[in-house]
Amino acid sequence: MSEERKIRVLVAKPGLDGHDRGAKVIARAFRDAGFEVIYTGLRQTPEMIVSAAIQEDVDAIGLSCLSGAHMYLFPRIVELLRERGADDVVVFGGGTIPDEDIATLKEAGIAEIFTPGTSTSVAIDYVRTHIRQRA
Amino acid sequence: MTDDRKEIGKIKEAAKAWEAEVLDPALERSPERAREFRTVSGHPIRRLYTPADLADFDYTRDLGFPGLSPFTRGVYPSMYRGRLWTMRMFAGHGTPEETNQRFRYLLAQGQTGLSVAFDLPTLMGYDSDHPMSRGEVGKCGVAVDSLADMEILFDGIPLQDVTTSMTINSPAAVLWAMYLAVCEKQGVPYDRIGGTLQNDILKEFIAQKEYVFPLEPSMRLVVDTILFGARHLPRWHPVSISGYHIREAGSTAIQELAFTVADGMAYVEATMKAGLNVDAFAPRLSFFFNVHNDFFEEIAKFRAARRVWAKLMRERYGARDPRSWLLRTHAQTAGCALTAQQPYNNVVRVSIQALAAILGGVQSLHTNALDETLALPTQDAATIALRTQQIIAHETGVTHTIDPVGGSYFVESLTREVEEEVWNYLHKIDDLGGMVRAVEQGFPQKEIVDASYRYQQTVEAGEEVVVGVNRFVAEAEEPVSLLRIDPEQIAKQQVERIHRLKGGRDNGGVQKALDGLRRAAEGEDPWGQDLLMPRILEAVRAYATLGEIMGVFREAWGEYVEPAIL
Repeated sequence: MSEERKIRVLVAKPGLDGHDRGAKVIARAFRDAGFEVIYTGLRQTPEMIVSAAIQEDVDAIGLSCLSGAHMYLFPRIVELLRERGADDVVVFGGGTIPDEDIATLKEAGIAEIFTPGTSTSVAIDYVRTHIRQRA
Repeated sequence: MTDDRKEIGKIKEAAKAWEAEVLDPALERSPERAREFRTVSGHPIRRLYTPADLADFDYTRDLGFPGLSPFTRGVYPSMYRGRLWTMRMFAGHGTPEETNQRFRYLLAQGQTGLSVAFDLPTLMGYDSDHPMSRGEVGKCGVAVDSLADMEILFDGIPLQDVTTSMTINSPAAVLWAMYLAVCEKQGVPYDRIGGTLQNDILKEFIAQKEYVFPLEPSMRLVVDTILFGARHLPRWHPVSISGYHIREAGSTAIQELAFTVADGMAYVEATMKAGLNVDAFAPRLSFFFNVHNDFFEEIAKFRAARRVWAKLMRERYGARDPRSWLLRTHAQTAGCALTAQQPYNNVVRVSIQALAAILGGVQSLHTNALDETLALPTQDAATIALRTQQIIAHETGVTHTIDPVGGSYFVESLTREVEEEVWNYLHKIDDLGGMVRAVEQGFPQKEIVDASYRYQQTVEAGEEVVVGVNRFVAEAEEPVSLLRIDPEQIAKQQVERIHRLKGGRDNGGVQKALDGLRRAAEGEDPWGQDLLMPRILEAVRAYATLGEIMGVFREAWGEYVEPAIL
């Protein structure tokens, strides 16, 4: 255990949405839980997020979107990861996402969706049990 | 005074006796539910409030009368006995055609004011065909790319008869110019045009984050619109100083009020510095606050807000016109207090929040719909939200007397405590060099991030109960049906319209107007020959697009990049 490095998570805000309360709360909670957290800041294109993920060598990307544009932005990020051979980076997301969109998002390769009201401990547990460091 | 003091002494003695003989034995038998009680913002609440809590209370100084300074009891002499608040519901999605239909429906229902929600590309000053607009066109509001869209948006709506509120900030001057150009085409003179621009850029840096330009040119645009309004549009509110988004970002009630007032002070100071007398524009400033769950804290917040603003305007800025002292406000129930779980419970939350706004004396109110944690509201959900206001207005009787909670030991104490804490924040912000400097240093941003994290921790520890989320959780839930919007289809239509527009307009004229605008943006005489509004109007009338006009400013001023504050 001791020689293992910490799990690295990129918390990202794709698109034009400026609602960053959730992203900041989750970034802080992840940090307090012992993960290494990189926060992209606002207004990131899918290309920028994927580049940052590869550059920072993260194990997972946590996306936050409250503008309703998740159906375009989330799958696009998974697609770009695949194109760049980094599809072992686990992508999960949260925000104002209706239940009926979740199946489509999962089919597109988003590993998990957290809907409003999710406790940060649920997201932390998820990362602990599902995210492994990339080889 | 001595009689009062004697009376207070008597009450204090009686309270001591009550504690020893009645309260303590009762607590021994059955202790209270918690060791301490706090508002949702963390403000401590005592067991009981008595006249002893208001020992140096002075009725005429602290409360006065409705319509008289310091306006604790309300800004108008007869308040809701004279006229009910304006029920102004925020609406907009999809194409201008769709939102025009929605506006016509709302007006047919008897609504007299419109409130436009723009989509994110418009809010950020991008046209629908910009790469950053992918997936967002028409999604959380209506897409407006040029005057052509604005003409469709208000087609068949007589703009001399309605007032229009526009929730727009970085590109506020441009959208306002488009609205004014539509009024010109309808033949409505400027002095008959009424409405509100949100145009509160500081809270964008602090909370909502729809900034585009750095702080200084952003402030210049706000002052430019205030100057233009003061000269030409006596019925327009050029800025709606907004705490709503600060609260949604996770602030406490006191932070919401303090930062909003501090933003207002920054606009007043900047406009005075541009050479305008305070009484020439202050009566047209308006406010916009959140109404959250904690009933009495919210009521106290509105009462304290009026008192603080009146004192500032009179004492600090030397305003002479009593209309300059008034804090008139719109309010919206707290979106962040709604839950996705058991969404019908949101109707109850919204009712209680709306009641707090009314007891707090607001001038205008938007009530959220039960499904807004997941999507824009359906028509049915929005109708229930409007009916909630109508029930409070017409069935509960709370409008029959002015400031019905005035004189409550608790409410008056809380109003005073909120006010005191707001002054503490304002002094701190003064020490930082004013609000623009404070924002540059990230002070309000950091305060909000800390408060929102603290709140989240109290929810997760179960100290703060959220019904349906961390208590009284339902096993299985029936989903509510949601409004679906297909941004790809809307984008296609908008992009086609932009292409047609650019092919059909006088592109030489557009270029000339944009060049003039660029020279003014780069000019050295911002409050003289380089005023922006007249040039923005010229560009808009020539059918320059929003993205083209904002592009000129982006090139002239650059774009703001936020330092990540966690």
